[in-house]
Amino acid sequence: MTERFTTGFHPFVIPFLAGMVFVLGVCLIKAVIAVRELDGTDRKKWFLSLLHPNLIVKNTIDIILDCLIHVRLWKRNRLLGFMHSSIAFGWFMIILLGHLQVLMFFPERLGTFYYPIFFDYFIEGGQHTWISRIMDGFLILVLAGISLAIIKRFWSRIFGMRRTTRPTLYNLIGLYSLWAIFPLRFLAEQCARAGDLSVSLWWAYSIALCIFMVVLPFGRYLHIPAEMLLITFRNAGVGITRPHKGMARVQADSCPNCGVCIDACPMNADPANLKDSTVYLTRQFRRGNRERVREISDKCLLCGKCTSVCQVGVDGPRLRILARAARKYNIAPDFSDAGTATVVRAENKVLYFSGCMTALTPKTGRSVESILKKAGIDYEWMDRDGGLCCGRPLHTAGRLKEASQLVRRNEELIIGSGAAVLLVSCPICYREFKENYRLPGIRVVHYADYFCELMDKGLLCFEKSDACYVFHDPCELGRGCGIYETPRKLISKAAGIAEAPKNREESICCGGSLGSLSLDFSRREKITRASLENLYGSKADAIATACPLCLATFSRYSDRPVKDLAQIIDEQTEKI
Amino acid sequence: MTDFGFTLSRSSTLDLQKVDEGRFEQLCRLEKGAAVCIGCGSCSATCPAGSLSGMSVRKILLAVRRGQDIHRMLQCCMLCGKCTMVCPRGINTRHLILSICSIYD
Ligand code: SF4
Ligand code: SF4
Ligand code: SF4
Ligand code: SF4
Ligand code: SF4
Repeated sequence: MTERFTTGFHPFVIPFLAGMVFVLGVCLIKAVIAVRELDGTDRKKWFLSLLHPNLIVKNTIDIILDCLIHVRLWKRNRLLGFMHSSIAFGWFMIILLGHLQVLMFFPERLGTFYYPIFFDYFIEGGQHTWISRIMDGFLILVLAGISLAIIKRFWSRIFGMRRTTRPTLYNLIGLYSLWAIFPLRFLAEQCARAGDLSVSLWWAYSIALCIFMVVLPFGRYLHIPAEMLLITFRNAGVGITRPHKGMARVQADSCPNCGVCIDACPMNADPANLKDSTVYLTRQFRRGNRERVREISDKCLLCGKCTSVCQVGVDGPRLRILARAARKYNIAPDFSDAGTATVVRAENKVLYFSGCMTALTPKTGRSVESILKKAGIDYEWMDRDGGLCCGRPLHTAGRLKEASQLVRRNEELIIGSGAAVLLVSCPICYREFKENYRLPGIRVVHYADYFCELMDKGLLCFEKSDACYVFHDPCELGRGCGIYETPRKLISKAAGIAEAPKNREESICCGGSLGSLSLDFSRREKITRASLENLYGSKADAIATACPLCLATFSRYSDRPVKDLAQIIDEQTEKI
Repeated sequence: MTDFGFTLSRSSTLDLQKVDEGRFEQLCRLEKGAAVCIGCGSCSATCPAGSLSGMSVRKILLAVRRGQDIHRMLQCCMLCGKCTMVCPRGINTRHLILSICSIYD
C-alpha cells in the first residue's frame, strides 16, 4: 500500500472541507444558542451531567441506540428502522473505520481530515486491507438503505405509512445530495481501484458532500446533531420551560419529519386537520411561521399519542401548551377572592374530589360513593355541591399563572381538611394533582388504583356479569398517568373483557378533550366516530371508560352502551 | 331620604350610547359561535363560577353587545368547559371566552 502523490492534495477536496467547516460552525453556534436559552438551573444541571460518569455512559449508549441504530423506530416499523439505521450506522462506521485506517497506516495524514474520505484516490492498493473490506460491506449496507429511501419517497405505502409529509424544495436538495453521495463514492472508488485516476467522479462526490453539509443546518437534517444534544438534555433532566426557546427549540430541531405521528394523530380522522399534527408543528417552529404555529397549537387535543409513537420523544402537547402560554390576553382571571368554598373536614379520612366534569355525569360520582360505602370506607365528598376546578383546563389553555392560583387555593382546601387520601375520579384532575400540586403527607389516587386495592384486600365482593366490555384508555389516565392495568383487572372481575385493536399507549382519543381550544364540537364528530370504530373492533358488546369527558362524548354517538368503570363496579358488587 | 325599609332594585336601563356592535362583530370574526347563541341559559345553569362572580356565557354575550362591564364575570371563569358540554348549539364557549379576553383592553 503506497501513497500515489507526495503532495497528498487535490483541489477536489476543497468543497468537502468548506462544507465541513461550515456545518460544524453553524451547529456549534446553534448549540450554544440553545444552551444559553435554558433556565439557569437547567443549564447548571446540564453542565454537571456532562461530567457525571454514569450519565456519560448513559448519554453514549442512548446516542448509539437512538441516533445510529434507531432502536425505537425498529420497534415501530422494521422496514423504516432498517432504512434509517443502515444509512446512519453504516455511514458512521465508514467514517470511523476510515479514520482508523488512516491512523494505522498513514498517521501523519490524519490531520488532513479528508484522507479517510478520499482514501482510494490518494492510496494505491488500499482496498486490500481488512478494514477496507469491512468498509465496503458497510457501503453496500448504506446503498441498500438509500435504495429503500428512494422507494419510500415515491411509494410510501409499502412502509405501512398512509401519509407522509411533502418535503420542501430545500429539503429535497438535501435529500437528493444525500442519495448521490454514496453511489458516487462507490463509483469513484471502483474506478480508482481499477487504476482510472480521472477526477470528475471525485469532484462530484466532494460536491455532493458539500451541498449536503451546507443545507444540513437549515433543513430537516439538522435532526442529526440536534438529537444528540436532545439526548444529553433529556438525560440531564432538562424540561421545556420556555416557548420556542431552549429545550423547545432542540426538540423541534430533532424531529426528522419521519411522519409517524401523522397517521397516529386522532385529529386526522377529519381530513381538514391533516396539516396539524406534530410534524407540522416542528416544521413551522423551524420556519418561524407564528401564524401557523398558533393555529396548530390551538387545535390539538393534547392527547399525547404523537409523543408515545415518536422515536425522538418530541413532546408535542407540552410544546403547544407553552406556545399558547406565550399569548397575551388583556383580561386575566383572578381567583384571589374565590374563597367562598368552605373547608370540608375529613381528619384522616378519604377525601373524594369529583371535579367539574363529573357533575355532568352524576352516575359516576354516585357510584364512587356507593362503592366506598360498601367497602366501609370513611370518606367525605369535597365538591358535592360544587367547588373549584382543579386548574388543568386553564393550564392546558396556556394560562399558567391563573391555573396556579386555582392550584394554590385547592391545596389550602385539601390540606386544611386533614385528609389522608385524596381520591379522584376524573383522570384530567388526577393528572393535574399528580403533576402540579404539592400535598405533603396526602396520598393522591385515582379510583381505578384505589378500588383495585380494596378488591385485593377483600373489601369488595364481586359477582361476575355476562356482559363483555372493551376498556377505552382515557388519554389522561393512560398516556398521561400510566394507569393501564388496574381498570382492566377490575373489569375482568366484574364482567368479561375484550381489547380493541388499538389500546393502551395507542388508544385513540374520544375527541371530547378540553385540550383543544379551537375545534368546535361540530367538527369533532368524525374523531369520536373513528375512536368508536376502534372500540367496535373488539368483540365486546359494551364500552367502559374511566373519564367523565370520554363518557359524555361517547354517549352522544355510540350505538353500544357506554359506562364508567365505577358504575360497572358498583353494579357488580354487593355489601359484604 | 326617608328610609321605608325596602328598596327598588337598581335600574338596568340600557344605555344606547354604549351599545357596541363593533366589538360583537369583532368577536364573531374570531369565534363564529358567538352569533348562534340562542340564549337558552344552559351554560348559566351549569357554570361553577356562577356563584363566585355571576359568570354566565349567555350574560357575557349580552353584555358584550350592550357595552356593559364583563371584567367581573370573566375574572372567575376557570375554563372548565362544562358550558361547552351542555350548549345545545355546540358553541365552543371556551374559545369564545378566550377570544373575549383577547379583544378587550
Ligand atoms: S397530542 Fe394528539 S391530537 Fe395533538 S397532535 Fe399529538 S396525536 Fe394529534
Ligand atoms: S414528531 Fe416525532 S413522530 Fe412526528 S415526525 Fe417528528 S420525529 Fe416523527
Ligand atoms: S376526554 Fe378522555 S379520551 Fe378524550 S382527551 Fe380527555 S381524557 Fe382523553
Ligand atoms: S368554562 Fe367558565 S363559563 Fe364555562 S362553565 Fe366553566 S367556569 Fe363557567
Ligand atoms: S348554552 Fe349555548 S346557546 Fe345556550 S345560552 Fe349558553 S352559549 Fe348560548
